[in-house]
Amino acid sequence: MTVDKKDRWAAGVTPYAEMGYYDPDYEPKDSDILAAFRVTPQPGVDPVEAAAAVAGESSTATWTVVWTDRLTDHRNYQAKAYAVEPVPGREDEHIAKIAYDLDLFEEGSIANMASSIIGNVFGFKALRALRLEDLRIPPHYVKTFQGPPHGIVMEREYLDKFGRPLLGATVKPKLGLSAKNYGRVVFEALRGGLDFTKDDENINSQPFMRWRDRYLYAMEGVNRAIAETAEIKGHYLNVTAATMEEMYERAEFAKELGSVIVMMDLTVGFTAMQSMSHWARRNGVILHLHRAGHSTYTRQKSHGVNFRVLAKWCRLIGVDHIHAGTVVGKLEGDPGSVRGYYDVCRENHLEADPAKGIYFDQDWASLPGVMPVASGGIHAGQMHQLLQYLGEDSILQFGGGTIGHPMGIGAGATANRVAVEAMIQARNEGRDYFHEGPDILERAARGCPELDAALQVWKDVTFDFESTDTPDVLVTPTVA
Amino acid sequence: MRVTQGTFSFLPDLTDEQIEAQIHYALDHGWAISVEYTDDPHPRNAYWEMWGLPLFDLTPVQADVAMREVKACRERFPHHYVKVIAYDARYTRQTTALAFIVNRPAEEPGFRLERTDKADRAMRYALHGYAAERPPGRRYG
Repeated sequence: MTVDKKDRWAAGVTPYAEMGYYDPDYEPKDSDILAAFRVTPQPGVDPVEAAAAVAGESSTATWTVVWTDRLTDHRNYQAKAYAVEPVPGREDEHIAKIAYDLDLFEEGSIANMASSIIGNVFGFKALRALRLEDLRIPPHYVKTFQGPPHGIVMEREYLDKFGRPLLGATVKPKLGLSAKNYGRVVFEALRGGLDFTKDDENINSQPFMRWRDRYLYAMEGVNRAIAETAEIKGHYLNVTAATMEEMYERAEFAKELGSVIVMMDLTVGFTAMQSMSHWARRNGVILHLHRAGHSTYTRQKSHGVNFRVLAKWCRLIGVDHIHAGTVVGKLEGDPGSVRGYYDVCRENHLEADPAKGIYFDQDWASLPGVMPVASGGIHAGQMHQLLQYLGEDSILQFGGGTIGHPMGIGAGATANRVAVEAMIQARNEGRDYFHEGPDILERAARGCPELDAALQVWKDVTFDFESTDTPDVLVTPTVA
Repeated sequence: MRVTQGTFSFLPDLTDEQIEAQIHYALDHGWAISVEYTDDPHPRNAYWEMWGLPLFDLTPVQADVAMREVKACRERFPHHYVKVIAYDARYTRQTTALAFIVNRPAEEPGFRLERTDKADRAMRYALHGYAAERPPGRRYG
């Protein structure tokens, strides 16, 4: 028995694939935005129909045929799933590649792009799980964004620091210190050799320390340290607040005090981040982003949004720094994936590379690079690994690894600075620094009791856990 | 105090051999080498004096040529700060890739931090080098 195919425009429900949301012959235009989704259909749902549903629900479709589609050149506005491929070794999972016409997106708005691509579709019942793995954002769209207020090159020239990773520390304990005690940590860490100190994500303006008091004492510490070293230094003053008006007020005060940098948390939302980015460009203040909360939707392999997408959005939104993983530290991060995130932040052109989880070529059209930040459970004894995995254009943040030093905060800072300079020197001299790292550090420590003590205290500290998320080409999750 | 600008200021002063190794690394990457000197190491002094033009066309085996310029500058200005800069002219970089101090005065008197009270406890800070209070050329002996 044959079932008559329903007419495309007859009232009622037509499968998404038959409505034009699946088109294996479609050749993406240079100006299309391309998305790679990891699609896990409900049992019994055809993967192609599931992919078409994703394309439909993230563009023009609703659950039933509407005649008003015929008032438009609807084919132009329909997203098209143009490739649907099973994921090797992952039962029920498929990668669906979907093309979106540029017309679907408002210029220069990540809020709009996110509402389209990850808006309704993630709750769609016919899917068991859905993950946005990567986006190809064409130069036509990239050029509608401001991008980083300064970027890597301008930041380095502004700070007059070249040829090595920058060093930072988050003030600890992150909650409870009075403003005066807090400024002491800033001063000691910067005087000891760090380039930056940092408010933690949840340091905003609490009863034990209000924001204005913190800013005043932190800047006293920063300026004292500048005077003792003749280096430019900064403290990331967190301007995260409940309203945009309060964020601007805090940022203005930071600028008035002469701070070279402010920070905000991802939790403020895409629009607030973009507003702060424009403020930072206008006012010549470097902008740091803490990715607070991202793991709630970036960490699971089958559902959510991969961090590389978030990193791309943040580069467009325009931040100068973004936390992007450490590989060796206490937080989630497979080496291949993390390398991919760092490339997304820094490179002007990326080639698709499955080992790094990069699905598409990406041309950034000269949009400045973002400095990736490694923070969380790292210490001086890992310097060779950090340099190998993360490269030179990065910020290494040693919070506990500075403040927890047995000889004091300044000594902790000195240990980190000597370790990074010794490692860069050895690398440039042609040493196999990755394998000879422990030896290089030990030799540097002979002339530096601070580094010697750091190596003794933390020599055995590692965080070897299996990654929950790895690129599909890697059979075995790797640990550092 | 010790001015800790530059890539290697926390290490013991580099020997000539170590300086040449860094120059070799830079030339190996196709970076131009320049030498600059100053007796005003204020952290916002972006323009140290140039010891001639950048050496654009050296190959790695010519590290000694750049090294001769380093030595000549040091001999001419033994009490100044001298730094070696490696410049990366590649598209999307077009900036300094490495910069390290290779000579510094025997005595570094440091900087005075000047505070100006503003309204509502706000503070403005200014930095004054003790040595910079003397005229250029007579600051560090």
